[in-house]
This record gives sequence, structure tokens and C-alpha cells, in this order.
Amino acid sequence: MYNFDFVKPKTLAEAAAAMAGDEAQALGGGQTLIPSLKARLASPTTLVSLGGIKEMVGVCTGDDGSTCIGGATTHGAVAKDAAKLYPALAKLAAGIGDPAVRNRGTIGGSLANNDPAACYPSAALASGATIVTNTRKIAADDYFQGMFTTALDAGEIVTEVRFPVPEKAAYIKFEQPASRFALTGVFVAKYKDGVRVAVTGASEGGVFRWKEAEAALSKDFSAKALAGLSASADGMITDLHGTAAYRAHLVGVLTRRAVEAAA
Amino acid sequence: MPKDHGIGASIKRREDVRFLTGAGNYTDDINIRCQAYVYFLRSDVAHGKLNKVDTSAASKMPGVVRIFTGADFAAVGGIPCGWQVTDRHGEPMKEPAHPVLAQGKVRHVGDPIAAVVADTLEQARDAAEAIELDIQELPAVVNMKAAVQSGSALVHDDIGTNLCYDWGFVEENKAAVDEAIKNAAHVTTLELVNNRLVANPMEPRVCVGDYSRATDDHTLYTTSQNPHVIRLLMGAFVLGIPEHKLRVVAPDVGGGFGTKIFHYAEEAFCTFAAKACNRPVKWTASRSEAFMSDAHGRDHVTKIELALDKDNNFTAIRTETYANMGAYLSTFAPSVPTWLHGTLMAGNYRTPLIYVNVKAVFTNTVPVDAYRGAGRPEATYQIERVVDKAARELGVDPIALRRQNFIKPDQYPYQTPVAVAYDTGNYDATMDKLIEIADLAGFEKRKKASAAKGLLRGLGVNCYIEACGIAPSNLVGQLGARAGLYESATVRVNATGGIVVMTGSHSHGQGHETAFPQVISEMLGIDESMIEIVHGDTSKVPMGMGTYGSRSLAVGGSAMVRATEKILRKAKKIAAHLMEASDGDIEVKDGRFHVAGTDKSVAWGDVTLAAYVPHNYPLEDIEPGLEETAFYDPSNFTYPAGAYACEVELDPETGRVTIERFAAADDFGNVVNPMIVAGQVHGGIAQGVGQALMEGAVYDDNGQLLTGSYMDYAMPRATDVPFYQVDHSCVTPCTHNPLGVKGCGEAGAIGSPPAVVNAVLDALNSGGIKIDHIDMPVSPSRVWAAIQKAKA
Repeated sequence: MYNFDFVKPKTLAEAAAAMAGDEAQALGGGQTLIPSLKARLASPTTLVSLGGIKEMVGVCTGDDGSTCIGGATTHGAVAKDAAKLYPALAKLAAGIGDPAVRNRGTIGGSLANNDPAACYPSAALASGATIVTNTRKIAADDYFQGMFTTALDAGEIVTEVRFPVPEKAAYIKFEQPASRFALTGVFVAKYKDGVRVAVTGASEGGVFRWKEAEAALSKDFSAKALAGLSASADGMITDLHGTAAYRAHLVGVLTRRAVEAAA
Repeated sequence: MPKDHGIGASIKRREDVRFLTGAGNYTDDINIRCQAYVYFLRSDVAHGKLNKVDTSAASKMPGVVRIFTGADFAAVGGIPCGWQVTDRHGEPMKEPAHPVLAQGKVRHVGDPIAAVVADTLEQARDAAEAIELDIQELPAVVNMKAAVQSGSALVHDDIGTNLCYDWGFVEENKAAVDEAIKNAAHVTTLELVNNRLVANPMEPRVCVGDYSRATDDHTLYTTSQNPHVIRLLMGAFVLGIPEHKLRVVAPDVGGGFGTKIFHYAEEAFCTFAAKACNRPVKWTASRSEAFMSDAHGRDHVTKIELALDKDNNFTAIRTETYANMGAYLSTFAPSVPTWLHGTLMAGNYRTPLIYVNVKAVFTNTVPVDAYRGAGRPEATYQIERVVDKAARELGVDPIALRRQNFIKPDQYPYQTPVAVAYDTGNYDATMDKLIEIADLAGFEKRKKASAAKGLLRGLGVNCYIEACGIAPSNLVGQLGARAGLYESATVRVNATGGIVVMTGSHSHGQGHETAFPQVISEMLGIDESMIEIVHGDTSKVPMGMGTYGSRSLAVGGSAMVRATEKILRKAKKIAAHLMEASDGDIEVKDGRFHVAGTDKSVAWGDVTLAAYVPHNYPLEDIEPGLEETAFYDPSNFTYPAGAYACEVELDPETGRVTIERFAAADDFGNVVNPMIVAGQVHGGIAQGVGQALMEGAVYDDNGQLLTGSYMDYAMPRATDVPFYQVDHSCVTPCTHNPLGVKGCGEAGAIGSPPAVVNAVLDALNSGGIKIDHIDMPVSPSRVWAAIQKAKA
């Protein structure tokens, strides 16, 4: 890797100040960033570690009943601490990577990176979560703006994610054989006012909502409500591990399985 | 009560204590005072003309010791090839130059262009970025069949073709084979790909070159399976350093799987640069470099035809294979698709007529060479897939079809039509054992249980045979090998009775340090703890051809047995002298020398002490000391064989295949340590399952490696393989080596891929989805696509 300065602020205010510097880069668990640095694919001047900011770590229930997760909370901690509050979300966290990844990687890092095959974006979008930053609150529907692209401004830090807790939910991931990221993953969440279905891994545009399935499931939250529905292969990813048609097919299969798992 | 010592005991591996507690000494653990680091600037295009490599600015960068380019190696030999294949027309193969650093052209992504030696690795990398390159990109040669058409771009302009050789075997049989296929009652034809693999040992390649200005001695520490071979190839053919001035050390090595057999440019570079810079020079491959510089494996495209008569007897096999050599000939590359593949095409069957045609092709890809099994998995996969397809076409039971055509136990030694003669075997016995341990009787019940979950269950069974214990030197010499393939061992008995065995067999996961002492313990009746194994250092071990081709116990172990027999003969003379008896009357039992028929005996330690403190010693007859060396050159290959069964569940909605059961019944001849043998089979099956379902190195049309990291190259993990049922109780001992052993290192990787693919196709076809074949890796997307095609 190239040389860089490293700071580990103790407060959000210090972190925000450090991030204001030219070519500063926030460091969550480093599960994507550190390999990029080692391969000399990234060359920040300053790495601002968010791991020392206590106010950004932990899982709790908000005043409105939401499950609130600090941006620097590891997947491993979410898997454990959200298990009772939002079981489907905790299960998703427990299935990311392997134990080493889960003990380093953070929810804020994952959402800020917005890898098109990451698990968390589907949970945030399907839950209609609110992404809280050091400067504002962003609705999930506005936050995800395409592969590796988000609504975050330069220097903006994801401090917390607030997940409204659904009545029923499930996430089903079909793993890409090599990376074990989602070749396609579907998160289905049923709320009193409707069902949301978010798909990761499949689209060239990153995580997206499958609106037709949402409409059908909102009327009848059952696998049979999906009969005859199929996702379009337009804009889906084709790579070594699957064609667009295969991914579109998986969206249908996994959505049905997620509904069955949630029911 | 199972044995707790000697041959047949499942003794825990003594080397694991250091491996598992972080106390191993791997090449990357070796650091020498004043050591510098080298970073290789590698080509990022597959094929190009090197117009300019300007190192002037880079040379002035901080910490840079020296930057080397191809020009620095103009006076140095290229990387040699260790095997010359002769083609169908009696002509030698095309053998292009293989420079240490690229000269004039780059020929694959990863081809080293320049080498920066600096005080630190980061400084070397910084300087490498400052090297100015002008590469004129040329069309990449990737597809083998297109590569041999006229008008294709040429990987090596000077040889005028991309065809390395066009090999026919047995050429004299060709007309008879053609005739038999024309007249057959049934011919089953199958086109298949044996997918290109990357070995991916846990430890990447590393080397450290060192040079003594005081003595003009060179030392190379390297991650090798055969340090003596590297000493010979590099010393004699590349750098011109005689053996007595060159020491090669391969300390603990973290897995080889074949890819650490070969002599690589980085080894020659570090040795050369250590003298040129007068500093030790170290290179540690990153995983990315490993993907683009370790020799890959397999990569065959084959058409096979199996002819049967009206009674379903196999009458002929004809194959045509395109074998990828990559951009340069790696050390043993030409032998893999020929002598390690064509000679195995009889498999376990009495097929009387066989013709194998292999076209070896240069492409702008990483060189391809031996990988666990090397040629034999390719042969086994073709035979066992085409036999399965034939059974389906003919509507006969695939096990019965195999049994009907087996070579029978009373037919040994069995001369195949493809040169080799099997000494022993009993394929019905391993098939019977397989049926038992795989619980084939319970398959239908398990199939119903799978169906209840909406899953298709399939059973795949196959046989395999391999030629191991490589190899009789006089035979391989006729076949083009440029080396002998014997092995050596020195057994040094110390004054107080402890033994050090210096063996040419290198251990990089095989457990030699545990298993070899068991053999000597059995012979001498002394405890294993008194015996130490030394390997991997040309300054300690007299000679060695190394570890590959499942040869260590069969060849290296035989050399050790021969040396120990010499020790015993001498020790008996000493014992006879001490007890005033005749050496013909001396018997060895439980670590003591007895005079037969008397109660007189002396301890092992009394004899060894007398050898080194010869106060009462037959000095007029024998020399003091107790150390013997033996070389063993096998008279034939060994022929391990067996039968494998795989059960899969297949999700027809997603195409996902999971392996539910896997059983292996092997005949390895005599077994020294059953636990180690089981471990070798387990590991081999994991690699075979990896090849069958997950692994595959893929290049795009521009010669870019799409699977250059674990993000896209799928390695099997613990959760991808089931608990195995393995058995090696069916024993037909090898008839021509002293231990009666055959070798077990590659069997799992050879025998398992067809079992997996056969199982997948059984699941589909028995589930009403008619599919003839799916190429490996049988990934979910490929299975799904095949199902869609079948339904269309």
C-alpha cells in the first residue's frame, strides 16, 4: 500500500473534522478498503478509523420501536444483539462472510460502500430504513443510487441505521460460489401498511425494490401470490457466475422462498 | 487391537505439532542479514511487443539497489523443459525459448518484464511504477482450436506455429482402431472439457537467493517439491553453476499439488541477483501473483469415442485432445497430456484397441503443467464419463457395464494396448467394497427423501486406475524424459543408536516424517522416536528426484528400505562378532540381535556403539561406522486403483448441487499409516470435488485472467464436502517394490470428478430431464442453463 496518515478519533466531532481533510477516507472494518489499499487500488492521504467512537457502536430500540444500529457496529455484534429485536436482520448479519469478516466488518462500512452484491443494502431498502449521518437523515429509498454509489456527500459519516421492525421478514441469499457474496439475495419485509421486497446482487444498478412482487404480496402475503410473476432480466448482471436471465430467475425463486421463510 | 507402531499403525503426524503451533520454518520465515527484496513488474497484457522498458527514472528512486530487465539475462540460459515429446511423424516437439525476464515480447498476463531490487518491498513497488513501458499490444491467442488454424497470431514467431506437437498413441494402432469403430455395434461419443485449474497451495511461492563472496557459493531457499531437481535445472541449464557451488533448500513447504515441482524464473532470478547485487534477494508471491505465475493444471478439450460390440464389450477407444501448454513449456508440461495421460486410457477395462491423439498448443496464458494427478485425472474423467453415457444410451446398469469389461484378477500381469503393464489389481473387490461402504442398497430410500424436499438425488459411480511410483528411468528416458526418476536415501545410524534418514523425497504435507520412521521401526524393531527424517536440503541429502506422481513411499521409501537392509547386514556382522557367532545365525527381534536357537543377544545400542567405538570389532572384515546409502530405480510403475461413489442433491429450481455422500474404496497395496492415507484421500477428493463443481480458471478473448482472485476463483471449503466413507482394505500388493506399496497421494483427485459429474447427470436424467453432459465446473448457473435448454 501507499503511505497514509492514520487517525482514530474518539468522538464523532473529531472524526468529522478529520474527514474534512483533502482525500481523507473513513475506515470502518476495512473488509473492502484494506484489500484495496494493499493492492494499491486506493491511495487516501488520511485514513480516519471510526472504530474508536463509542457513540457509533451498539444496538438498541428507538423511541418509535425501530431497531437502531450504530454505524461502527460489527456484523457479529448485530447477529448477536439484534437477534431478539429484528431476527431476520440478525440472521442476515450472521451470514455475511465468515467469522473473521463479521468481527471486523461494520454496517456503516457496508452501506457506505454499497457493493452491488452486499447483503445489508437489501435489508435497509426492504425495511425502509433511515440512514443517519453526522449531518442529516436519509431515507433508504433515496440513499442507494447505483453500484458503489450512495447519497453520501464527501466526508459524510454513517453514524446509525434505524430499521422499522416488520411483522414478518426473511432474507434468502444465493451465494456466488467463489466470493460467497450474494449472487442474488432477496429481503422480504411485511409491514402493517404493505410489503417491501429488496434485491441485491442481481442488478447492474445495485440494490433495488421489486415493485411488482411488493404489490402482489401486499394484497396477499403468500408464495402463491407470486405465481406468474417474473423479474425482468433487463439491467441484470451477466458475469462468470451467472447470466442476467439466471439472476432474474433467481429473484423469483428467492422471493418466494423468503416469503415462505417469513410466513 | 490395532497396531500402535511400525507398518500399519495410525500414528499421529509428528510434524503437525510444529505446523499447527506456528513453529514451522517456511521459506518466508527465512530472513538473511542485509536482505533486499525484489518486485516483479509483470505484463498486464496477454500478448505484446516490448518496444521500450525504460528504467532510468525508476533506478533513481529511494532504496533501489538495481533494476533488471531481459537484457540483463541475454547471456544467461532460458528456463529449460525437462521432457521432450516426439510427435506422430517422429519429429521433436517445438520448444520455444523461455527467458527469465521477457525479451522482445510479453506472452501472458503475469509474464515478468522487469525486476526491481530494493531495500524494502514497498520501495521496489514504488520504483516499479516509475518504469516506463511501451508495449504494442498484439492479438491474444486464447482458444486452442483457433490457435492451430492458419492465420492465427503466433505466441512464438520464431517457431512459426502454435502447435507444440501432434502426438499419436499408439500410432501403429490407428487404422485398426478406426476400423473397429466403423464396425462397432454401438459407438458412444462425448465431447468434454477438463477445466483449467489453479493449484492454490496455502503457502504461495517464495524464494531467497544468497551468495557468498568469500567462497563463491550460491544458496537458494525455495518453496519446492524437489530441491535437487531445481539445483540441476537451474544450475546446469540457466545460470551455469555447478552442483558443488549451489545449494538448494526447500524447508517446510505449505502444500505443492504439483505446481511447486517446476523450476520457475523467480528462482533463477533471485539466485542470479544475489550475486549481481552482492546481497540476499527475497521474493514472496502475493496471491494475485500466484494466480498469474504458478503453473496451472489440466485444460484439455477432448472428443472421445467408445465402441462396443453387440454384447456391450468395449472394442475400441479413440480420442482427440487439445492440450493447453500456455505461453511457455513448463518443466514437465509436455509429458502430462502424453505419457501421463495416453498410457492410462485403458483404465480398468479390457479395451483391446486404443488410439489417443493429442495436440499440444501454445496460447497467451500462464504455462500449464502437472497438478495433482497430472494427465491421469484427464484420462479417468474421459473414460468414466463416456462409459456412463454408454450405459445410459444402452439402457444398462453402469456398474454392470463396468464389471463386464473389467480386467479380471486372473489376468495379471495385464499388458494394456497403451504400453503399460499392470502388475496387480482386483477391480471387482474394490467395487464390492464400494457398494458396501457407500450403502448403495439404501440409495432409493434416500432418493425418495430428497424428492419429498423437492430435490433430485443422483448417484454417480466410477472406477479409476493410475500409474504412480514414477518411474523406471530407462523407460522414461525412451519416452523423452531428460532426467532419471529413481530416488536415494542415506540411513545414518549414530553411536547411541538413533537414526537419521536423509531422503530425496520431499515432504510438503504428506507426513513422511511420521510414516518413513514406521517402516524402519518395523525393520529394526526400534521405536519411531529414535528415527529422524531429513529432507529438502541438497547439502544434507545426497541426491533426490523429489515428490510428485505419488512416488515417495514406492520409490523413496524403497530406497530407504534398501539402505536399511544394508545397515542390517552390517549390523548383523557386528552383532555376530560381539557374540562370537556366525552372522547367518543372527536374528533381529524387538530391537535386539539374537543368536538363533540360543538365549544370547545384544541390544541394538550395543551394536551401534561398537560400530563407532570399535574396540571389539571385526576391523579386518568391515569398516567402522554405520551409514549406508541406496538408490532405487523402480522396474515398473505402480497401479493404484479403486471405485468411487458420489451422491448429490440437486435443486432443479436453482441448479445448485450439494454433495450428500461420498465413498472411496481404494487399493493402494500395503498401507504404512492408514490415518495418513485416509487424509490423503480426503484431501484429494476435496480437490476433485472442487474441480467438478467449483473451480475453473477462465480467460477472456483478450487473454485477461477473469479468475485472478478468490472473488472469482471458487475454492471448495469445508462446508462444500461431506464426511467421507473411505476404505483401503482391498489390498493387492505391488509385486515389484520391497514394501508392496502403490501410492495414494493423487487417487482422490483422480477418482472423484467423474463420480460427481456422473451423479449430477443421474439426478437430472432420473428426474426426467434428459441431459447428456455438463462441463466442469458444474456450477449452479450451468446446471440451470442446461435444464432450460433441455426443457426448450
